[in-house]
Amino acid sequence: MFDFVSFIPRAVVQGIPLLYGSTGETLTEKSGNLNLGIPGIMYMGAISGVIGSFFYEQSTTPETVSVFLLLAIPLLCSLIGSLLMGLLYCFLTVTLRANQNVTGLAITTFGVGFGNFFGGSLIKLSGTQVPAIILSTTSGYFSRPLPFADRLGWFGKLFLSYGFLAYLAIIIALAASFVLNRTRTGLHLRAVGESPNTADAAGINVARYKYAATCIGSMIAGLGGLYYVMDYASGIWSSNAFGDRGWLAIALVIFTIWRPNVGILASFLFGGLYILHMYIPSGMNLAIKEIYKMLPYVVTLIVLIIVSMRKKRENQPPASLGLSYFREDR
Amino acid sequence: MDKKIPAVSLHGITKTFGSTVANDKVDLDIYRGEILALLGENGSGKTTLMNMLSGIYFPDAGQIAIDGKDVVIASPKDAFDLGIGMIHQHFKLVDVLTATENIVLGLEGKLDLKAAAAKIRSICDAYGFEVDPNQKIYDMSVSQKQTVEIVKVLYRGADILILDEPTAVLTPQETEKLFTVLRNMRNDGKAIVIITHKLHEVEAISDRVSVLRHGQHISDLTTARTNAQEMTNMMVGHAVTLNIDRPAPFNPKPRIVVEGLTVRSSDGILKLDDVSFTANSGEILGIAGISGSGQKELLEAIAGLQPVESGSIFYVEDDGHRQELLQKDPQEIAALGVSLSFVPEDRLGMGLVGSMDLSDNMMLRSFRRGHSVFTDRKTPHHLAEKVVKELEVSTPSIATPVRRLSGGNVQKVLVGREISSAPTVLLTAYAVRGLDINSSYTIYDLINRQKKSGVAVIYVGEDLDVLLELADRILVLCGGKVSGIVDGKKAQKNEIGMMMTRLGGEA
Repeated sequence: MFDFVSFIPRAVVQGIPLLYGSTGETLTEKSGNLNLGIPGIMYMGAISGVIGSFFYEQSTTPETVSVFLLLAIPLLCSLIGSLLMGLLYCFLTVTLRANQNVTGLAITTFGVGFGNFFGGSLIKLSGTQVPAIILSTTSGYFSRPLPFADRLGWFGKLFLSYGFLAYLAIIIALAASFVLNRTRTGLHLRAVGESPNTADAAGINVARYKYAATCIGSMIAGLGGLYYVMDYASGIWSSNAFGDRGWLAIALVIFTIWRPNVGILASFLFGGLYILHMYIPSGMNLAIKEIYKMLPYVVTLIVLIIVSMRKKRENQPPASLGLSYFREDR
Repeated sequence: MDKKIPAVSLHGITKTFGSTVANDKVDLDIYRGEILALLGENGSGKTTLMNMLSGIYFPDAGQIAIDGKDVVIASPKDAFDLGIGMIHQHFKLVDVLTATENIVLGLEGKLDLKAAAAKIRSICDAYGFEVDPNQKIYDMSVSQKQTVEIVKVLYRGADILILDEPTAVLTPQETEKLFTVLRNMRNDGKAIVIITHKLHEVEAISDRVSVLRHGQHISDLTTARTNAQEMTNMMVGHAVTLNIDRPAPFNPKPRIVVEGLTVRSSDGILKLDDVSFTANSGEILGIAGISGSGQKELLEAIAGLQPVESGSIFYVEDDGHRQELLQKDPQEIAALGVSLSFVPEDRLGMGLVGSMDLSDNMMLRSFRRGHSVFTDRKTPHHLAEKVVKELEVSTPSIATPVRRLSGGNVQKVLVGREISSAPTVLLTAYAVRGLDINSSYTIYDLINRQKKSGVAVIYVGEDLDVLLELADRILVLCGGKVSGIVDGKKAQKNEIGMMMTRLGGEA
């Protein structure tokens, strides 16, 4: 019998970083910026939080530690780190109108390298034997489940057993959907991504919307990296552990056809597909597991095919996605 | 009238793009309760001038005054605040949004789409528009989109309206409807500027005319006291004859025979339904119809670019031998001398590559010729020079990317190249779309020359007046069906207009 009560919570915790990443990328793409730097930005969000948390943990003892600072410092560091990456991307693509794909890929390479380099430096500083940083005090607070989680049986395990960042991801996704579909800001943002010419002629400040959406999107994606280290990985940073989750988050944007609220369940589905190979008995044949690992990407391809075949206009990517905008261009 | 304070007063406006001077010290006054027609050739700076009024461009020099007060218009928002609304030639609408969402775009405050829809309905009732506030833009016809644009500026309380070539894409009936609405708005005390180069429209709608030439303001005329000939002369700078030649068909023999042609688009919509006709050599067959009635599919089917569901297309050689075109690929069809020059709405979409220069674009037709791996760059270069000279293309040089040229000049390059390939069948659609009088006449002349040399010309046109003067026979399409084929010399404009909207033209 397939053990759903243990499978679903693991799928959810796998899904949360993807949800952060895809919500952030959806907001960004709605402004017409195709930010392929998301994987690097999630790395940056993670390592920035780790750096802040590492120095705070080093500077205090268990007696003098403040819970507030223990949570606030990594959060703030993570947000600032990913914000800077978002600003860099915007400066290059919006202000200087550089090619978005090239810029995004450069940011990803930079973010991953930055994370591994400073992660390595911290490991040296901490002087441990294992090639990892262990921030168990901080992680303890980040991954603390809601009260009563362990007293409510399967219900508690399925719904209450996650750290606060997991619930925050869902709230942010719902809020992003609300803003996009129900508010004037969202309407303007969609117009900027669909047709910057039109938005500009309507008196909307295109550059400001692009900057704001991309930077906020980057910060949200950065939190996904922080969640991964502090909650999912129990505060253990090691090089390249985050893997290809950033790309999976970008695939998730297409999978959800640019809808953050759909992203909530879709990210859990992706999380489930990502770890399905551990739950399928495959004996000694490890090659089979590799095939299962492809599932999220296969599903994305299938969704792309179906969406393209149905040709519904609402399901297409924002029309000016990937293009830079200059008002007096002829 | 001289005592009135102008609603808008432009003084010494200058704007340059690189080395091109688009506007050179232009002075212009616009009054309320009046329709001003802004007349000029392509590239004479009409649109640029109005774009500065609506905040899209910023003038390099000069002063703008609204109601006698000097203002600075630095952004579209400034223009709205001053009550200036512009309806652009290329609509500024977001396809996936509804009419209401597009209309409230850019406004402040809480988003209340229901209240906005109610206000839209009341504006529509006041001026006689028909708009469904909840319809998506991509579901709308061109004329509906234009209506949304006009409602959009009225919704913002604009009382100075600028319309950039509003009739270019409308049928005669739709144009008449638009003019009625414009007259209603004028009587309501609004100032209206209409950019156009159709003289009969200037005469029909405007109170005053301002003529621009090469970026300079030439003169102001009162419409009632001028005529088409005078306006044309001012626009062009020298006398031009306004009659289109129609030489008698030269030795007409069937060249293209289409029988029962049926075409479906990839989404399964019937685009052409049982279309049959014959195009003769040495004759111009005009094709009239509301845009999207199957003109594009028809030309593409003949050129071999469009999959056909049923029917046949024959190419008849001089000795009467028939060849079925449907079994040939576009290259073989082109080798027979069938040449397609289709000018789509965005002009560059088919036929030219925007970022390539003139001679490279000429080469797109000829690069397969020659036997070595290296391309022949000399012939296309000479051809480009010839086209630039004969059609008076205004371009800084042959090496300028086509994208940088103004719309009319792009079109001249395309048509010039197609004609130069010495075709036996010339398929052309909207060859003069957006072109000024002078260039249009050059193109008509080129087409007539082709006709005289025995080419079968199929000319898809928008302007019925021109079709009636140019074409020997006119085929009218209505919703993909042949509504009728009439004699160009005898047909009446109204008759064709009716046939465009109803099969056979019966009321």
